[in-house]
Amino acid sequence: MKEELLSVGIDLGTSTTQLVFSRLFIENMASAYAVPRMVITKKEIQYKSQIYFTPLIDLYTIDFEKVKKLVALEYQAAGIQKEEIDTGAVIITGETARKENAKEVVNALSGFAGDFVVATAGPDLESVISGKGAGLDEYSKEHRLTAVNIDIGGGTSNLAVFTRGETADTGCLDIGGRLIKVEKDSGKITYLAPKIFKIIQKEGFGLAEGEVLTKENISPLLKILVEALEQSVGLRQDCPYYDFLVTNHGLKSTQEISAVSFSGGVAEILYHPKEYREPFLFGDMGVWLAEAIRESRLFSQLTVVESAETIRATVVGAGSHTTEISGSTITYTKESFPMKNLPVVKLSSQEVRDGLSEALKRKLEWFFAQEGPERIAVALDGEVNPSFLRIQEYARELLEGLKEVLSAGYPAVVVLKEDMAKVLGQTMYRMAGAEKSIVCLDGIFLSQGDYIDIGRPAAAGSVLPVVVKTLVFQS
Amino acid sequence: MRDEEIREMVESILGDMLSGKDTGNIPEPKRTEVIQTGADGLKERDGHPEDPSACLEDITKVDLRRQFLVEGARDKEGYLAMKAKTPARLGIGKAGARYRTATMLRVRADHAAAMDAVFSDVEEAFVKECGFIPVQTLCKDKDEYLTRPDLGRRFPGEALETIRKTCGSHPKVLVIVGDGLSSSAITANVKDMIPAIEQGLALHNITLPPVLFIKYARVGAMDAVGEVTDADVICMLVGERPGLVTAESMSAYIAYKPRHGLAEAKRTVISNIHKGGTTAVEAGAHASELMIKMLEKKASGIDLKGDLL
Repeated sequence: MKEELLSVGIDLGTSTTQLVFSRLFIENMASAYAVPRMVITKKEIQYKSQIYFTPLIDLYTIDFEKVKKLVALEYQAAGIQKEEIDTGAVIITGETARKENAKEVVNALSGFAGDFVVATAGPDLESVISGKGAGLDEYSKEHRLTAVNIDIGGGTSNLAVFTRGETADTGCLDIGGRLIKVEKDSGKITYLAPKIFKIIQKEGFGLAEGEVLTKENISPLLKILVEALEQSVGLRQDCPYYDFLVTNHGLKSTQEISAVSFSGGVAEILYHPKEYREPFLFGDMGVWLAEAIRESRLFSQLTVVESAETIRATVVGAGSHTTEISGSTITYTKESFPMKNLPVVKLSSQEVRDGLSEALKRKLEWFFAQEGPERIAVALDGEVNPSFLRIQEYARELLEGLKEVLSAGYPAVVVLKEDMAKVLGQTMYRMAGAEKSIVCLDGIFLSQGDYIDIGRPAAAGSVLPVVVKTLVFQS
Repeated sequence: MRDEEIREMVESILGDMLSGKDTGNIPEPKRTEVIQTGADGLKERDGHPEDPSACLEDITKVDLRRQFLVEGARDKEGYLAMKAKTPARLGIGKAGARYRTATMLRVRADHAAAMDAVFSDVEEAFVKECGFIPVQTLCKDKDEYLTRPDLGRRFPGEALETIRKTCGSHPKVLVIVGDGLSSSAITANVKDMIPAIEQGLALHNITLPPVLFIKYARVGAMDAVGEVTDADVICMLVGERPGLVTAESMSAYIAYKPRHGLAEAKRTVISNIHKGGTTAVEAGAHASELMIKMLEKKASGIDLKGDLL
């Protein structure tokens, strides 16, 4: 028994917009004599779009009509109908996420791209997605070590640390290849990103709009940027602008990092320096930034790993690595999928021990204070080998805690880490009565502050595709 | 090296050892790793903190997946990450050419648990407590049970009468329990699995007649039960042949209209039901859904395969 999911990934980045279609293959890996265990066994990229410059109306607005048009064009070129799409993600990244209409665009686009295509943004998720797209999670698993991927795009550098395949940490810096834009022919500066402008002013570098960018006049700035990157992975501690260049936060711990890979547009130049000799080929500082990184401690002190994807890492990550599937013994009583953007209310094991329903009520009260009950997902770790009595306690307490949600007509959505969702869901269903909608799934680990999307059942209804995201729109 | 030198060296080492001096050359055997006691564990247990020899920690309680006995490993964390995926006894180090004491004792303890599971009976009190109705196959005792599989599939006349009375005629679903090759598996799992099955069936308005407990049961005993009761679906929970990983593993054999001569391929099996495998409660919930499907499709085993995952 095999099943496929067709997944789309769309990346609206600072400088480029791209799209990929991938196929995710789901297979039952358990023996014929065991409870099924469905897993994603293979991810195959089926179609890669052209790389477009992200269409903008002005510095603050994304040109949604143009974005829509090029997405439609690529669907056509790939021969794929919107209706065939099972899952996927639209991710808006880098500086584009800070445009005024970013939220509207990404939401509208997710609907336009397919029924269960989720909208997402935020530097942390972007880091993870690009790191996985670059294949570094696999590398760190294969070589059993801790490694960092730096996705250097137009406006930001996203860091993701993986320890033996698991995401360990993320960070983000405002360093990218298009912080300075120039005219291709003359090399005259046409744009300086705000943070860069401040550094230039403070240091008194002779760089201004209209001036010609040269290797000489950019090199002191490059030195600062490269030092900030070195510091971001723990290779130095003395860069005065490090904190200033951090987007939201840096890495928490850098001690274990022994290897580095690069993705994003700048990485393409970085790995293939001979093909990009012309400095203003892209009308920006990217070529020189790449050169400076090649000469930095990042190259001399860490093992440099060739990434699986460079400029397409984020879009491949969005298309292939955002969807997880739930455990295979789960319960859902009504087919009301997809469910999008459920905020996660997480209860710790301690809170569960101290009184699940009370803790849940308390959290929901706070959650619903503004606008009353809404759709939410309750996340619990669960237990490894619960007794049937314990399951009944869980069910009773959850239903008690979710009373308000259920009476408002919303489903009881419970997501567990440990394998107990089928029996818990059945118990809740029996206790709550047939008219209530119960969704209970396991095999998914969630944290407070996450959002989840649950797609339509796959593999003959035995699993639900789930996208976990940290939806942070910077204000 | 000349003989004299060697003799001198041995003498001096022996001298050091006898006088209790640290030789530096000979590594101290690490007892702490062998028996992972730690005085802390003892204190709490029986309140004799002053006497560390009062009791030893139960070595079968050590989680083998987390136990690591290799000395001077280059990447212990990496090894442990791999070990987490298998119950195999890896990373156990060695003492010369042999297992270390901890490993040796644990193998023997696990083997003993397996033997116990086979040779002990499910307590009558347990059967009563669960409200099961006890019956016995044609086997007179454990020896006969182990040597005559055929007798473990048949019942004497009076047992058949009890079965008929207990299960009624033409029940939709029957759940029966057989000791099989592990009594420990039954005691460890049925209390959590049967209520989960019952609940799952209740959601489809199916109620279960009382549960039979069959002593000295082989899987084929379900065919005999099917024969006398004319049940549509029978789910038999039976103790699996114990191994060194666990002695508490149970299987659920489920068949549509089991009768004498039923082909083995027509049974659907959920195996590995134990606390480290499929948990009893989830297996119960899953089994109930399987049975509903069997009633719908009027099939089980490979006949059902195309409809299932």
